[in-house]
Amino acid sequence: MSATVAVVCFPGSNCEHDVVRALGTLGAAARVVWHGDDSLGDADAVVLPGGFAHGDYLRPGAIARFSPIMDAVRAFALLGGPVVGICNGFQVLTEAGMLPGALRRNSGLRFVCRTAACTVASSSSVLTAGVPVGTRLALPINHGEGNYTCDAATLASMEEAGQVVLRYDENPNGSVRSIAGVANAAGNVVGLMPHPERASSALIGSADGQILFGALLGSVAVTTS
Amino acid sequence: MTIRRIPPDGTHRSLGLTDDEYGEIVGVLGRPPTDVELAMYSVMWSEHCSYKSSRVHLGRLPTEGRRVIVGPGENAGVVDVGDGIAVAVRIESHNHPSAIEPYQGAATGVGGILRDIFTMGARPIALMDPLFIGSLDDARSRYILDGVVRGISGYGNSVGVPTVGGQITLDPTYKGNPLVNVFCLGLMHADHLVLGRATGVGNLAVLLGSRTGRDGIGGVSVLASAAFGEAGSGSEAAKRPSVQVGDPYEEKRLIEACLQLLDEHLVVGIQDLGGAGLACATSETAARGGLGMDVDVTAVARREPGMSAVEVMTSESQERMLAIVTPEALARVQAVCDRWEVRATVVGRVRERDEDGVGRLRIRDGFDGEVLAEVPAASLADDAPRYRRPIAAPTDLAERRAFDPGLLAAPADCGADLLELLVDPSWIYGQYDHQLFLNTVFAPGAADAALIKCAAPGIEWTGKALALSADANPGWCRIDPRLGTAATVAESALNVACAGGTPIALVNCLNFGNPEHPEVMWQLSEAIDGMAEACTALGIPVVGGNVSLYNASEGVDIDPTPVVAVVGLLDRLDRRPPAIGWVDGDEIVMLGRTVPVLGGSRWARSVRHHVDGELAPLDLSEHARLVELVAWLVAAEAGGEPEAPGLVSGIHDVSDGGLAVALAECAVAAGIGCMLRGVSSHLELFSESPSRVLVATSRAPELVRSAFAAGVEASVIGSVGGDRLVVEGLVDLALEDLLEARQANLSGVLERRAAAS
Repeated sequence: MSATVAVVCFPGSNCEHDVVRALGTLGAAARVVWHGDDSLGDADAVVLPGGFAHGDYLRPGAIARFSPIMDAVRAFALLGGPVVGICNGFQVLTEAGMLPGALRRNSGLRFVCRTAACTVASSSSVLTAGVPVGTRLALPINHGEGNYTCDAATLASMEEAGQVVLRYDENPNGSVRSIAGVANAAGNVVGLMPHPERASSALIGSADGQILFGALLGSVAVTTS
Repeated sequence: MTIRRIPPDGTHRSLGLTDDEYGEIVGVLGRPPTDVELAMYSVMWSEHCSYKSSRVHLGRLPTEGRRVIVGPGENAGVVDVGDGIAVAVRIESHNHPSAIEPYQGAATGVGGILRDIFTMGARPIALMDPLFIGSLDDARSRYILDGVVRGISGYGNSVGVPTVGGQITLDPTYKGNPLVNVFCLGLMHADHLVLGRATGVGNLAVLLGSRTGRDGIGGVSVLASAAFGEAGSGSEAAKRPSVQVGDPYEEKRLIEACLQLLDEHLVVGIQDLGGAGLACATSETAARGGLGMDVDVTAVARREPGMSAVEVMTSESQERMLAIVTPEALARVQAVCDRWEVRATVVGRVRERDEDGVGRLRIRDGFDGEVLAEVPAASLADDAPRYRRPIAAPTDLAERRAFDPGLLAAPADCGADLLELLVDPSWIYGQYDHQLFLNTVFAPGAADAALIKCAAPGIEWTGKALALSADANPGWCRIDPRLGTAATVAESALNVACAGGTPIALVNCLNFGNPEHPEVMWQLSEAIDGMAEACTALGIPVVGGNVSLYNASEGVDIDPTPVVAVVGLLDRLDRRPPAIGWVDGDEIVMLGRTVPVLGGSRWARSVRHHVDGELAPLDLSEHARLVELVAWLVAAEAGGEPEAPGLVSGIHDVSDGGLAVALAECAVAAGIGCMLRGVSSHLELFSESPSRVLVATSRAPELVRSAFAAGVEASVIGSVGGDRLVVEGLVDLALEDLLEARQANLSGVLERRAAAS
């Protein structure tokens, strides 16, 4: 049975269709869920896609975290359900307190859109389960505020616990320790700035993102079996 | 009925109307206009809205073709690409606003072009931004480039439409008057087409989107239809309130709401509010529908209290649309808009023509209140005066053409000159989202044209792709606007072919100086003829366009800059066409033949500051054969697997900067050098003679045979290998030197100057 993935659309999100398409090619039944809904239905996993929820006004993610659907997402995560935030979705998860740290403006003070070489730093998350540490992935990045930061104690404990799941080979935005993606302690909530869906076919430059989405769907199979 | 009148006290002049035009308004109305009427005529009869100087010439362009569904005159051109899918395309300028306030000027240019596309029922999926800015040794030009790029990035990325291509020209001619053009392409189900027409008496005009504020009042008239004065005189700062302010988040919700309304067939007509605001949208929809309309100016939601009817009717506040809906559909329209948090207000009613058969636009203070304006809708939309302005070729034309840069001393070091001509535009496009929708096969810089899959949310991919190229060449067009424009069209078509596309449509943005100068009108008229000749010969219909005049500062007109954007169709994207570059061990074949002429070349203009001479000739039938051959070569014979190499492993047209720059770009893209023999002099190296393409191949004899069979000249000019670019006797440069120069000439200047200030 194929996994059902809820892809949340906030007003201003713009990557929801792309995520649905990329997951669809892996056999998942992905569908868009409106931010004003209060239920995720029968979802086996949740993705908060990229874009500019609420125009990024105030701060990226600062308004989206109050959307009605976020109560359902929080409850889903507490029960161990896989939740992945991509780019703006990562920003929403940090604003919602579901992931440690915060994302500041890029150190170069400019928006950056290009493909970045990344390396998997931990397999202890729903997005990297079964993907060996050290696996190199070509993943597009597309953000103005992807400069990950957190306090020293949090950083040390995250590194210790394998919560840093993805790093840039060359730091594009000033992120502490070149962090591109992190997970919560349980490993079921993951946020990353690179866009796996934009690396879903060689025709558009890279298919490496499907390795991560494949791991996510594999995690679903494990948690529901 | 009471009508407030104003005496002919000269107010019209401050609004940009001439005394003759004022007289004409009095003639149309049979009485002096009210203040609201005068304001509406002043914006609708502005150069920007009415094309009053150019319209008599634009009719010479070929606009018909078997794929054309909607030609010029609507909000966008629409072209059939098969499988029930159509593309909507348009290009516009936002030159004057960007000169005054670069960030908002460029941002609202993006917003405006998007509305032109989704008002047709198409989802915008690709933007391109051709930019023309003064040289970077000028501080204000650096400020403008930075602001414009940030504006496009800030608005385009946030609104969720990828910017897949563009062009950057840095040249002193744009110092006081930069050009910011923006192109958009949208995809739609062909049967979802909706036009900007107010039909059905009793239907409602619903204003969607932002509230109306005091921004952008007179944008099309006092700002877009007048030249800039002395630098530093303060006149530019005084025009800043005429620049609109954009809100990409409002636009994003407006796009989604409007596309849903159109999907559900809830509107009978829809029109965006751009230049001239409500005055334009209400009069154009009523005129196209052949009916009248009553507008209640008090129903319009406002940003601030105390706005007059004049301000409400002429405000250019962004992110607004006017939808014509039946009374029965209103509740559902309201519900869709509520979901997307988009304001929807009934501001007008479609009404019958009056007893004299004229559809009138009435602006009222409350639906039953005082009539503030009452004018024939068509008189605003269609009846602006048309000028056949004086035309004169420059008196020194013969002298200028005789002063050929080929006569200048040869460079001491061709390699050093080449390094000056290299630019890496990734500093610009790296700030734009160019990947959204998972369509981008050739990202900016990868090939001669952007290549995107023909797919969008809600429109399944059927295997086709679209190649897009935006081109202009002020160097060529200054020397010979007719031949220069024809060569620009030819190059754009060839760019599209190099990405595998067969050209199917063209839109243009004609950026020229002050039309009251006879020389400028000569340039415009010549350019239109050149475009018509090239489009006819290459079989490319012109489906839309924009004219931007009064691009001048301190009394000096810019060099003529007709921009064209060509759309090409690639029927099957099974195997990727090759990009710019080559493979070690390949041979380099040139299709076409170099004519050693330097007139209009970037070498002459940028390195030697020489802007005169003559252009190499263009044989359009020869060019048409080349375009056809190239599109076939890359589409049918594309390379792919190392074990079964295709006929073509890399391809790049020869244009700006000539053979030297084309070679350098291939070498940098591949990270592999090359060796050429038999290039006789710098004339051959830097000539920009048209109809030439570099092809890298491992099967040169076969390629040359195919070319000859197609009636195209071809010759092996060198081979690929090593880590140096060598043209025997002329150039010998390491690849690192090329990379360093490319970087230093654009981002290097900007970062270094920023650090110093």
